[in-house]
Amino acid sequence: MTTSIHASVNGEPCQFQCETTDTLLKVLRENLRMTGTKQGCGTGDCGACSVIMNGELVCACLVLAVECGQADIRTVEGLSGAGQLHPLQQAFLDNAALQCGICTPGLLMAAKALLDKHPQPDETQVRYWIAGNLCRCTGYDKIVRAIMEAAPAVSRAAALPAVTGEVL
Amino acid sequence: MNEEPTNYGDVAEVAASNKPSAAVVGTRPVRPDGVDKVTGRARFGADMQLPGSLVGMVFRSPHAHARLLKVDVSAALALPGVKAIVTAADLPEIPDDQAMDKGQPPDFRDMSANILAREKVLYEGHAIAAVAAIDELTARHALTLIDVDYAVLPHVIDLHQAMEPDAPLLNDHNFTKGIKPVPKKPSNIASRYEQVHGDVVAGFAQADVIIEEEFSTQPVHQGYIEPHACLVNVRPSGRTDIWCSTQGQFMVRAYCARLLQIPLADIRVFPMEIGGGFGGKTTVYLEPLAILLSKRSGKPVRMEMTRADVFKATGPTSGSYMRIKIGAQNDGSVVAVEGVLCYQAGAYPGSPVRLGCMTAFAPYNIPNIKLIGYDVLVNRPKSAAYRAPGAPMASFAAESLMDMLAQRLDIDPLELRLRNAADDGTQTSYGVTLKNIGYRQTLEAARAHPHYNAPLGPDQGRGVASGFWFNIGGQSSAAININQDGSVLVTTGTPDIGGSRASMAMMAADVLGVGYEQIQVCIADTSSIAHSDLTGGSRVTFAVGMAVSQAASAVVEELRRRAALLWQVEVEQVSWTGGVASLIASGGSKSLALAQIAASSAETGGPIAVEISLNAQGAGPGFATHICDVQLDKETGRVTVVRYTAIQDVGKAIHPSYVEGQMQGGAVQGIGWALNEAYLYDENGRLLNPGFLDYRVPVASDVPMIDTVLIEVPNPRHPFGVKGVGEVPIVPPLGAVANAVSRAAGTRLCDLPMSPTAIHKALKRAARRRR
Amino acid sequence: MEYRAPRTLAEVCAALGAASGTVKVFAGGTDLLPRFVAGVNPPALLIDIKHVPETREIRRLAEGGFVIGSACSGGQINAHTELVRSWPGLTEAMDLIGSVQIQSRATLGGNLCNASPAADSVPALIASRASCRIAGSDGERELPVEDIIVSPGRTCLRQDEFIVSFFLPARNPRSADAYLRMTPRTEMDIAIASAAVNLTVDEQGVVNECHVVLGAVGPVPVYALPAARILLGSRLDEEVRQRFRRQISALCRPISDKRGSAEYRTDISAVLADRAALTAYNRALL
Repeated sequence: MTTSIHASVNGEPCQFQCETTDTLLKVLRENLRMTGTKQGCGTGDCGACSVIMNGELVCACLVLAVECGQADIRTVEGLSGAGQLHPLQQAFLDNAALQCGICTPGLLMAAKALLDKHPQPDETQVRYWIAGNLCRCTGYDKIVRAIMEAAPAVSRAAALPAVTGEVL
Repeated sequence: MNEEPTNYGDVAEVAASNKPSAAVVGTRPVRPDGVDKVTGRARFGADMQLPGSLVGMVFRSPHAHARLLKVDVSAALALPGVKAIVTAADLPEIPDDQAMDKGQPPDFRDMSANILAREKVLYEGHAIAAVAAIDELTARHALTLIDVDYAVLPHVIDLHQAMEPDAPLLNDHNFTKGIKPVPKKPSNIASRYEQVHGDVVAGFAQADVIIEEEFSTQPVHQGYIEPHACLVNVRPSGRTDIWCSTQGQFMVRAYCARLLQIPLADIRVFPMEIGGGFGGKTTVYLEPLAILLSKRSGKPVRMEMTRADVFKATGPTSGSYMRIKIGAQNDGSVVAVEGVLCYQAGAYPGSPVRLGCMTAFAPYNIPNIKLIGYDVLVNRPKSAAYRAPGAPMASFAAESLMDMLAQRLDIDPLELRLRNAADDGTQTSYGVTLKNIGYRQTLEAARAHPHYNAPLGPDQGRGVASGFWFNIGGQSSAAININQDGSVLVTTGTPDIGGSRASMAMMAADVLGVGYEQIQVCIADTSSIAHSDLTGGSRVTFAVGMAVSQAASAVVEELRRRAALLWQVEVEQVSWTGGVASLIASGGSKSLALAQIAASSAETGGPIAVEISLNAQGAGPGFATHICDVQLDKETGRVTVVRYTAIQDVGKAIHPSYVEGQMQGGAVQGIGWALNEAYLYDENGRLLNPGFLDYRVPVASDVPMIDTVLIEVPNPRHPFGVKGVGEVPIVPPLGAVANAVSRAAGTRLCDLPMSPTAIHKALKRAARRRR
Repeated sequence: MEYRAPRTLAEVCAALGAASGTVKVFAGGTDLLPRFVAGVNPPALLIDIKHVPETREIRRLAEGGFVIGSACSGGQINAHTELVRSWPGLTEAMDLIGSVQIQSRATLGGNLCNASPAADSVPALIASRASCRIAGSDGERELPVEDIIVSPGRTCLRQDEFIVSFFLPARNPRSADAYLRMTPRTEMDIAIASAAVNLTVDEQGVVNECHVVLGAVGPVPVYALPAARILLGSRLDEEVRQRFRRQISALCRPISDKRGSAEYRTDISAVLADRAALTAYNRALL
C-alpha cells in the first residue's frame, strides 16, 4: 500500500512515497538517496542506522516510514552547516575516532543526542549512552575521547544565537 | 619496475640518497578521507546505485548436512518481477590445472562449491541459488518459491566428534594429507602438519617442571559492521564492472575470473570504502553470483547480505582444541614444548592451524619444539582469515602455559618471559632467524609501566601475555602524478581499512619534501593501477608504503632532471630539499619550487609521473605484550575489564593515532573473543545466534580506555623503518584476559569464551575440589 | 499491510473489532518490526496506538498512585522524576531494555505483551502489584498484570483487545523496589536471569510487605511467594538471607538455552534476588 508522507529532513521539507512496511532506513537510503545512514543489521542491535527523530535518538531500521508524517528527522548529512563541520565531526577527525567509518554516522548522531541532553558527560555516561552503537575497529577509546573533547565546544556553540539553517 | 630488490640495501640506499625529511611522518594529520566519512558522503558497497538495478538475494540451506536431490526454481522464475535465477549448474567446471596456483590455497573448486552448492550442502546457510528481482520484496518472495528436496544427513559440528573414525563424513574423497602412508579410509581430517625444531625428548629430559594442559576456543566472527555488499553490471559487450566492499579489488577480479572462467581483462573492480574486514573480506561470496545474475538478466544487480547470512555463511575463524606440554628448569628456562593443535576448517579445508603452530611460541627462544596441527572438516561455514589467522588461539594456550609455569615456579610472569625472550639472532621454530625485533623492549616497558605496578583491589586479577605475527610484504603498486599546479596525486591499489591513505600521503610528503596538504591519495580500480595484493597481513603501510616511497624518490630524481634542463646544467648540480630544487653552485639564489617545475613540465619532457610495482621483501615481524586487570564477581562469574595496556614494537609509527587505533581495536576484539563471543549451535547444527544481540561483541560500556605504548625499533629494510602493526594486537588479549581471570578466580580457565556461566562453573568445581 | 494511526480509544477499539485478517497493535515496535520487515508475512492491519492520549500519559493520582500509558517509552518513563522516585525498581528495569535508541521507542505495554520470559520490565511490574486497563470492542476490563502473560509469547488478551494503561497503587511510606538482572555484557543484552523485589518496612525497619518476582527462570515470570514470606518480619539479617536464597533457587524452573544453563540460572537467581532485596531494603530505609 503506497502512502505519501510529508516530513522534515535536516530542516528541509521533504515528501516521499513509501510502502507501509518500509522502514525509515529504507526510505532514507533508497527513496531519498541519502546513504549517509548505514544498515548494519536491520534489527536495532548495532546502531549504525541511528538518526534523531523528533529530538530522540532512534534506530531508523525500527521506525516505519509511515510514522514519519510531520516528523523532524536529523541525519548525519545535516550535521554540518554553512560550510563548517560540527564540533563533533571535527573532534572525531582530530582524535582519529574513526577507522573504516561505517559506524561513524550513527555514532555522530548518538553523540549529538547525548550532548543535547547532557552537555557535560563523564566517561561512564558517554560509554553507556553509546553502548547501542557497535564499533569493531577502534575499541571505542578514541571515540569516547572525541565526544568528551567536543562537549565544551558544542555547549559554547549552543549558547550562541541560532543562525538560520545551522544545525547545532 | 617489477624487480624484487635482491639486496635489501638497495631500498635503503634509494631512500637514503634523498634523505626524506621527518617533517610529516610521526605527526597526526587528519586523514584524507576523514571529512567524507564524518559527513556521510563516503561511499560504501551498499551505497552505490545504478538506475534500473535489480536486487539479488541468496537462497540458503536450512540443513547442516544434506544431499540435494532436487532444486526446482521454476515457480520462483515464474513470479512476476523475477528476472534471473542461478544455481551451481550455471557455474563452469574448473579445469584441474586451474584449481590451485602452485599447489597453494585457495582451492577454486572448493570456493566454487562454497558460493553455490553442488550435490551436497555442508552447513546451514550454504548457498544453493541466487535470485535477481525488481525489488527486495519480490526477491524474498521468490526465495520462498524455490523448491528443494533434501536428503538430510547426519552432521558433525564438534571438533572431537568430527575426528572420530565413525564420524559423518563431509567429503567421501578426503584422505588426510601429510600422513604417510596415505590413509585408505577417508576422514574429516583434511591435513596433518608437523613442525619440529630440535629434539623434544631430550628437551623434556632436562626439565625440572613439566605442565600439560588442554585448551579449547570457539569459532568467532570478524564482526565487521558492514555486511558484504556489491553492485555488478555486466554490459552487453561482456565487460563487467563491480563495485564492492572488499579488502582487495585485484583479488575480486582474479577470483571471479577463475570461478567463472572469464578473462581478467573483462572485469573491472572498483573498491568502495570498506566497513571493516579484518580478513573476512579477503574472499568472494556475492560477486560471482551477481555477475551471473547480471549477465542473465541484462541489468545491474545489487546484492547485500543480511546480518544473519553474514553470520551463517561467511567465514568465522576456527574453533580449536589444543593439548600442549611445556617443560622448564627451575630458573624458568623453557627447554621443551610439545603439543597437538586441532582447528576447525569448516566445510572445506583450510584452517590456519599451521600458522598457529608457527606463531604460538614465537616470542620465545625455546630450543626444542614439536607441534602437530590438524585441519578438521566440520559442518560449519568455511573458515576465513581473521586478523593474525591462527595465532590468537594458539597464543592463548601458549601464554596460559607460561602463566601456569610462572605460578608453579613462583616467578613474576614478565620476568619469566624476559628469561626466555627471543632476540635478534634467535631462530624461530619454523626456521627464520629474527632480525631487528623489539620484543624484549615490550616486556621491559611492561615491567616499568605504572599499570603493572598499580595495586589490585579485592577480587581483581592481573594477567600478562605476549604475542607475535609475521607480517608480510607482497606485490604492491603505486603511482605518483605531479599536477600542473604542483599538487601531488598518489594512487595505490589497496583498500584503506586502517587509515593507510594518510600514511601514504605522509611518506610521500616527506620524500618529496612538501606539505601533507599538497598530497591527494586515490585508491584506484583494477584498470587504473598495476596489480596489488590485497589489504591484509599488515602489509599496506610496509609494502605499499615502500612502493610509494620509491615512486616519490623517482619523482624527486625526475624533478631534479627537469630543473637541470631548465637551468641547462648537469643533474648532479641540482639538489632537492624541502620541496625545492636548488642550483648548488648558486648558493641558494637559484631555486625552483615543485609547482614551478610542474607548471613547465610540458616544455621539459611532458607530464611528471612515476609508477612503481614491486614485490616487497623484508617485512619485519611484530611483537607485543599486553597487561589486563579484571574485576570478578565471584557469585555470578561476571568479569569486568577494569584496565588494559597494550605495548607493541611498531617499527616506525607513520601516523601514531592510527597505530594506536590498530592496537586498541585489536585488543578489544581479543577481549570479546576471550569473554563472550562464540558460535552457538542447536542439535540440528543450526546457528542459534546469527545476530548482534546474542553474538556478543564488546560494547562501549564493556571496556575501559585502552592505553598504548608504541616502541619503535625500526625495520632497516623499509625507507621509513615500518613494520606491520595491524594484526599483532589481537594475539595477546586472549592470554592476557585468561590469565587475569584465572588469577582473580584462583583457578585456571582453559576454555574460551570465559562467559559468566563458564566461570561460575569453574569456581564451583574449584570449590568442590578444595573440600 | 494497512497502517492506521487512530487518535482516540474508541477508534482503536472499533478498528480492532472490525478487523478481518491478522491485526497487530503497534507502539514501539522494537520486537514487532524486525519480525515482519524482514519479509515474514506482515499483519493485514497495523494499528499504531501512539496517537491516543491515554496511552502516552504519565499521571500522578491524587491518592498517590500512578497511571502510565501503555505506549509510554522507556525514555519518557525515566524522565518522569516523581515516578522514578516512587518506583526506582520499575523504572530502572524499564531503563535496562536495550540501548538509548531502543529506549526512545520501547514501551511498558510492548514489553509485557511480547511476553518474553526474559522481559526486563515485567518482574518489577508484577512486583509493584500493578493492574492493566484493557479496552476492546466489547468494552473495558481491568486485570492484575501478573495475569496477562500466559506462556512465552502469549498473553490472555483477545484478538480485539489492547492494554491502554497501567495503574500503580499508591505507595505506603518506607516502600521501595529494586530490579537486578544478569547479562554478560553491560548493555545491549537479554537477561539470563533477573529478580524484582518490592517491599515496605515499618518504623523499626522490619519488613511488613514483600513481593518478589523472578524473570528468565521459567516460561513466565515466577511470583516467589514462599521466598517473600521468608523476608517478612525480618531486617534481612544474614540467616534470613541464606534461607531466602535457598528458597529462590528452589522456585526456579529454568531451561538451558543459548543464553545460559539451567544450573547457572538457578544459582544466580538466588544471588540477584538477594541483592535486589538488599537494595530495595536500603532504599526503603532512606
